[in-house]
Amino acid sequence: MKNEFIDAPDHTRRIILKGAAGLAAFGFTAATLSSAYAAADAKAWPENAFKQKSEADALKALYGKAAEASDKINLDAPEIAENGAVVPIAVATTMPGVTGIAIMVLENPFTLAAAYKIPEGTEASVACRLKMAKTSKVVAIVEAGGKLYSATKEVKVTVGGCGG
Amino acid sequence: MASTIRVRAIASGDTTQVQSLINHPMDSGFVKDSKGQIIPPHHIEVVEFEHAGKVVFTCLWGPAVSKDPYVKFSFKGGKKGDDLKVSWVDNKGQSDSTVAKIQ
Repeated sequence: MKNEFIDAPDHTRRIILKGAAGLAAFGFTAATLSSAYAAADAKAWPENAFKQKSEADALKALYGKAAEASDKINLDAPEIAENGAVVPIAVATTMPGVTGIAIMVLENPFTLAAAYKIPEGTEASVACRLKMAKTSKVVAIVEAGGKLYSATKEVKVTVGGCGG
Repeated sequence: MASTIRVRAIASGDTTQVQSLINHPMDSGFVKDSKGQIIPPHHIEVVEFEHAGKVVFTCLWGPAVSKDPYVKFSFKGGKKGDDLKVSWVDNKGQSDSTVAKIQ
Protein backbone atom coordinates (compact mmCIF):
# COMPACT_ATOMS: atom_id res chain seq x y z
CA MET A 1 0.00 0.00 0.00
CA LYS A 2 2.60 2.48 1.07
CA ASN A 3 4.67 1.84 -2.01
CA GLU A 4 1.87 2.78 -4.32
CA PHE A 5 1.51 6.13 -2.64
CA ILE A 6 5.17 6.82 -3.07
CA ASP A 7 5.15 5.59 -6.65
CA ALA A 8 2.29 7.79 -7.72
CA PRO A 9 3.97 11.19 -7.21
CA ASP A 10 7.17 9.78 -8.73
CA HIS A 11 5.31 8.83 -11.87
CA THR A 12 3.77 12.29 -12.15
CA ARG A 13 7.19 13.81 -11.78
CA ARG A 14 8.48 11.72 -14.65
CA ILE A 15 5.70 12.94 -16.92
CA ILE A 16 6.44 16.55 -16.04
CA LEU A 17 10.13 16.02 -16.76
CA LYS A 18 9.36 14.42 -20.11
CA GLY A 19 7.16 17.36 -21.03
CA ALA A 20 9.87 19.84 -20.13
CA ALA A 21 12.47 18.01 -22.21
CA GLY A 22 10.10 17.96 -25.17
CA LEU A 23 9.48 21.68 -24.88
CA ALA A 24 13.18 22.41 -24.70
CA ALA A 25 13.81 20.38 -27.85
CA PHE A 26 11.04 22.24 -29.65
CA GLY A 27 12.45 25.60 -28.58
CA PHE A 28 15.84 24.69 -29.98
CA THR A 29 14.41 23.72 -33.38
CA ALA A 30 12.43 26.93 -33.59
CA ALA A 31 15.53 29.02 -32.91
CA THR A 32 17.56 27.19 -35.57
CA LEU A 33 14.85 27.65 -38.16
CA SER A 34 14.39 31.36 -37.52
CA SER A 35 18.10 32.13 -37.87
CA ALA A 36 18.30 30.28 -41.17
CA TYR A 37 15.38 32.31 -42.47
CA ALA A 38 16.80 35.64 -41.32
CA ALA A 39 20.17 35.11 -43.00
CA ALA A 40 18.44 35.17 -46.37
CA ASP A 41 16.41 38.18 -45.32
CA ALA A 42 19.27 40.56 -44.50
CA LYS A 43 19.85 42.63 -47.61
CA ALA A 44 23.36 43.11 -48.92
CA TRP A 45 25.08 41.03 -46.23
CA PRO A 46 27.76 38.89 -47.94
CA GLU A 47 27.13 35.73 -45.93
CA ASN A 48 29.59 33.68 -47.96
CA ALA A 49 32.49 36.08 -47.29
CA PHE A 50 31.89 35.95 -43.55
CA LYS A 51 32.04 32.14 -43.57
CA GLN A 52 35.56 31.86 -45.01
CA LYS A 53 38.43 30.64 -42.88
CA SER A 54 41.42 32.13 -44.71
CA GLU A 55 42.42 35.59 -45.85
CA ALA A 56 42.60 34.65 -49.53
CA ASP A 57 39.18 32.93 -49.54
CA ALA A 58 37.49 35.79 -47.70
CA LEU A 59 38.99 38.33 -50.12
CA LYS A 60 37.85 36.28 -53.08
CA ALA A 61 34.32 36.00 -51.69
CA LEU A 62 34.08 39.67 -50.77
CA TYR A 63 35.88 41.45 -53.62
CA GLY A 64 36.79 38.68 -56.05
CA LYS A 65 40.51 39.52 -56.18
CA ALA A 66 43.73 39.52 -54.16
CA ALA A 67 45.35 42.40 -52.30
CA GLU A 68 48.86 43.86 -52.47
CA ALA A 69 50.67 45.28 -49.44
CA SER A 70 50.72 49.06 -49.12
CA ASP A 71 52.41 51.49 -46.72
CA LYS A 72 49.73 54.12 -47.25
CA ILE A 73 47.30 52.38 -44.92
CA ASN A 74 47.37 53.39 -41.30
CA LEU A 75 46.24 50.42 -39.22
CA ASP A 76 45.92 51.47 -35.62
CA ALA A 77 45.66 48.53 -33.23
CA PRO A 78 47.16 47.87 -29.79
CA GLU A 79 50.42 45.87 -29.51
CA ILE A 80 48.94 43.96 -26.61
CA ALA A 81 45.20 43.65 -26.04
CA GLU A 82 44.40 42.74 -22.46
CA ASN A 83 40.83 41.79 -23.27
CA GLY A 84 40.24 39.94 -26.54
CA ALA A 85 36.51 40.67 -26.37
CA VAL A 86 37.04 44.36 -27.02
CA VAL A 87 40.02 45.28 -29.21
CA PRO A 88 39.88 48.81 -30.58
CA ILE A 89 40.96 48.91 -34.23
CA ALA A 90 41.13 51.91 -36.52
CA VAL A 91 41.92 51.98 -40.22
CA ALA A 92 42.65 55.11 -42.23
CA THR A 93 44.31 55.83 -45.54
CA THR A 94 45.34 58.82 -47.62
CA MET A 95 44.68 57.02 -50.91
CA PRO A 96 42.19 58.64 -53.28
CA GLY A 97 39.06 56.91 -54.55
CA VAL A 98 38.52 54.58 -51.62
CA THR A 99 35.28 52.59 -51.89
CA GLY A 100 35.64 50.04 -49.10
CA ILE A 101 37.53 49.04 -46.00
CA ALA A 102 37.58 45.54 -44.51
CA ILE A 103 39.20 44.20 -41.36
CA MET A 104 40.31 40.59 -40.93
CA VAL A 105 41.57 38.72 -37.89
CA LEU A 106 43.50 35.76 -39.27
CA GLU A 107 43.31 33.46 -36.23
CA ASN A 108 39.58 33.93 -35.57
CA PRO A 109 37.22 31.04 -36.49
CA PHE A 110 35.97 33.15 -39.39
CA THR A 111 38.62 35.45 -40.88
CA LEU A 112 36.52 38.40 -41.96
CA ALA A 113 35.44 40.54 -39.01
CA ALA A 114 33.92 43.62 -40.58
CA ALA A 115 33.59 45.33 -43.94
CA TYR A 116 32.63 48.94 -44.57
CA LYS A 117 31.33 50.57 -47.74
CA ILE A 118 32.72 54.06 -48.27
CA PRO A 119 30.72 56.08 -50.81
CA GLU A 120 32.12 59.25 -52.37
CA GLY A 121 32.21 62.10 -49.86
CA THR A 122 32.89 59.85 -46.90
CA GLU A 123 36.40 59.80 -45.47
CA ALA A 124 38.51 56.66 -45.72
CA SER A 125 38.79 56.32 -41.98
CA VAL A 126 36.91 54.05 -39.62
CA ALA A 127 37.25 52.98 -36.00
CA CYS A 128 35.50 50.06 -34.33
CA ARG A 129 35.93 47.34 -31.71
CA LEU A 130 36.47 43.67 -32.53
CA LYS A 131 36.66 40.34 -30.74
CA MET A 132 39.85 38.30 -31.05
CA ALA A 133 40.07 34.64 -30.09
CA LYS A 134 43.84 34.73 -29.54
CA THR A 135 47.05 36.45 -30.58
CA SER A 136 46.75 37.06 -34.29
CA LYS A 137 47.67 39.14 -37.25
CA VAL A 138 45.10 41.79 -38.04
CA VAL A 139 44.81 42.71 -41.71
CA ALA A 140 43.25 45.91 -42.98
CA ILE A 141 42.06 45.80 -46.58
CA VAL A 142 41.41 48.98 -48.53
CA GLU A 143 39.61 48.97 -51.85
CA ALA A 144 40.63 52.00 -53.90
CA GLY A 145 40.25 52.64 -57.60
CA GLY A 146 39.19 49.03 -58.20
CA LYS A 147 42.32 47.60 -56.56
CA LEU A 148 42.94 46.07 -53.17
CA TYR A 149 45.66 47.07 -50.74
CA SER A 150 46.48 45.58 -47.37
CA ALA A 151 48.35 46.37 -44.18
CA THR A 152 49.11 43.89 -41.40
CA LYS A 153 49.80 44.21 -37.71
CA GLU A 154 50.17 41.60 -35.01
CA VAL A 155 48.08 42.03 -31.87
CA LYS A 156 48.91 39.98 -28.78
CA VAL A 157 45.87 38.88 -26.83
CA THR A 158 46.17 37.81 -23.20
CA VAL A 159 42.50 36.84 -22.66
CA GLY A 160 40.54 35.51 -25.66
CA GLY A 161 37.18 36.91 -26.64
CA CYS A 162 35.59 34.03 -28.51
CA GLY A 163 35.33 31.25 -25.92
CA GLY A 164 33.88 30.69 -22.49
CA MET B 1 11.28 51.15 -25.37
CA ALA B 2 14.36 53.25 -25.52
CA SER B 3 16.23 53.05 -28.79
CA THR B 4 19.10 50.59 -29.03
CA ILE B 5 21.09 53.17 -30.96
CA ARG B 6 23.07 56.02 -29.51
CA VAL B 7 24.55 58.30 -32.11
CA ARG B 8 26.42 61.59 -31.92
CA ALA B 9 27.16 63.51 -35.09
CA ILE B 10 29.18 66.69 -34.83
CA ALA B 11 29.68 69.01 -37.81
CA SER B 12 32.94 70.90 -37.92
CA GLY B 13 33.52 72.94 -41.04
CA ASP B 14 33.00 70.71 -44.04
CA THR B 15 33.04 67.33 -42.34
CA THR B 16 30.70 65.63 -39.91
CA GLN B 17 32.13 63.14 -37.47
CA VAL B 18 29.76 60.38 -36.46
CA GLN B 19 30.15 58.13 -33.43
CA SER B 20 27.61 55.45 -32.76
CA LEU B 21 26.98 52.83 -30.10
CA ILE B 22 24.35 50.11 -30.52
CA ASN B 23 23.07 47.88 -27.74
CA HIS B 24 23.29 44.33 -29.04
CA PRO B 25 24.57 41.03 -27.58
CA MET B 26 26.59 40.16 -30.75
CA ASP B 27 26.70 36.46 -29.82
CA SER B 28 29.33 34.77 -31.95
CA GLY B 29 27.95 31.22 -31.84
CA PHE B 30 31.14 29.89 -30.21
CA VAL B 31 30.40 30.75 -26.59
CA LYS B 32 28.68 28.31 -24.22
CA ASP B 33 26.28 29.35 -21.50
CA SER B 34 26.43 28.22 -17.85
CA LYS B 35 24.74 24.89 -18.75
CA GLY B 36 27.34 24.12 -21.43
CA GLN B 37 24.94 24.77 -24.30
CA ILE B 38 26.18 26.81 -27.22
CA ILE B 39 24.56 30.22 -27.47
CA PRO B 40 23.43 30.47 -31.11
CA PRO B 41 24.88 33.28 -33.23
CA HIS B 42 23.00 36.54 -32.87
CA HIS B 43 24.76 39.50 -34.40
CA ILE B 44 24.11 42.62 -36.42
CA GLU B 45 24.71 42.13 -40.13
CA VAL B 46 24.13 45.52 -41.72
CA VAL B 47 24.15 49.07 -40.35
CA GLU B 48 23.33 52.00 -42.61
CA PHE B 49 23.86 55.70 -42.04
CA GLU B 50 21.76 57.95 -44.23
CA HIS B 51 22.03 61.70 -44.73
CA ALA B 52 19.80 63.75 -47.05
CA GLY B 53 18.47 60.62 -48.77
CA LYS B 54 21.95 59.27 -49.49
CA VAL B 55 23.67 56.38 -47.72
CA VAL B 56 26.91 57.83 -46.41
CA PHE B 57 28.25 54.73 -44.66
CA THR B 58 27.45 51.01 -44.58
CA CYS B 59 28.80 48.54 -42.03
CA LEU B 60 28.77 44.82 -42.85
CA TRP B 61 29.45 43.03 -39.60
CA GLY B 62 30.30 39.45 -38.76
CA PRO B 63 30.10 37.81 -35.35
CA ALA B 64 33.63 39.01 -34.53
CA VAL B 65 32.46 42.54 -33.84
CA SER B 66 32.37 43.25 -30.10
CA LYS B 67 29.24 43.27 -27.97
CA ASP B 68 27.44 46.62 -27.98
CA PRO B 69 29.32 47.66 -31.11
CA TYR B 70 30.94 51.04 -31.55
CA VAL B 71 31.83 52.65 -34.85
CA LYS B 72 33.28 56.01 -35.84
CA PHE B 73 33.54 57.61 -39.29
CA SER B 74 33.35 61.02 -40.99
CA PHE B 75 31.60 62.29 -44.08
CA LYS B 76 31.44 65.54 -46.02
CA GLY B 77 28.34 67.61 -46.65
CA GLY B 78 26.53 67.43 -43.33
CA LYS B 79 25.36 70.66 -41.70
CA LYS B 80 24.30 71.49 -38.17
CA GLY B 81 20.63 70.65 -37.69
CA ASP B 82 20.50 68.08 -40.52
CA ASP B 83 18.94 64.69 -39.91
CA LEU B 84 21.12 61.58 -39.83
CA LYS B 85 19.22 58.30 -40.01
CA VAL B 86 20.77 55.15 -38.56
CA SER B 87 19.30 51.69 -39.05
CA TRP B 88 20.46 48.13 -38.39
CA VAL B 89 19.26 44.60 -39.06
CA ASP B 90 20.58 41.40 -37.44
CA ASN B 91 20.73 37.73 -38.42
CA LYS B 92 17.41 37.00 -36.65
CA GLY B 93 15.63 39.67 -38.65
CA GLN B 94 15.37 42.08 -35.74
CA SER B 95 16.01 45.70 -36.56
CA ASP B 96 15.92 49.22 -35.20
CA SER B 97 16.41 52.72 -36.50
CA THR B 98 16.71 56.23 -35.18
CA VAL B 99 17.10 59.75 -36.48
CA ALA B 100 19.64 62.07 -34.90
CA LYS B 101 20.25 65.77 -35.45
CA ILE B 102 23.76 66.75 -36.48
CA GLN B 103 25.20 69.01 -33.81
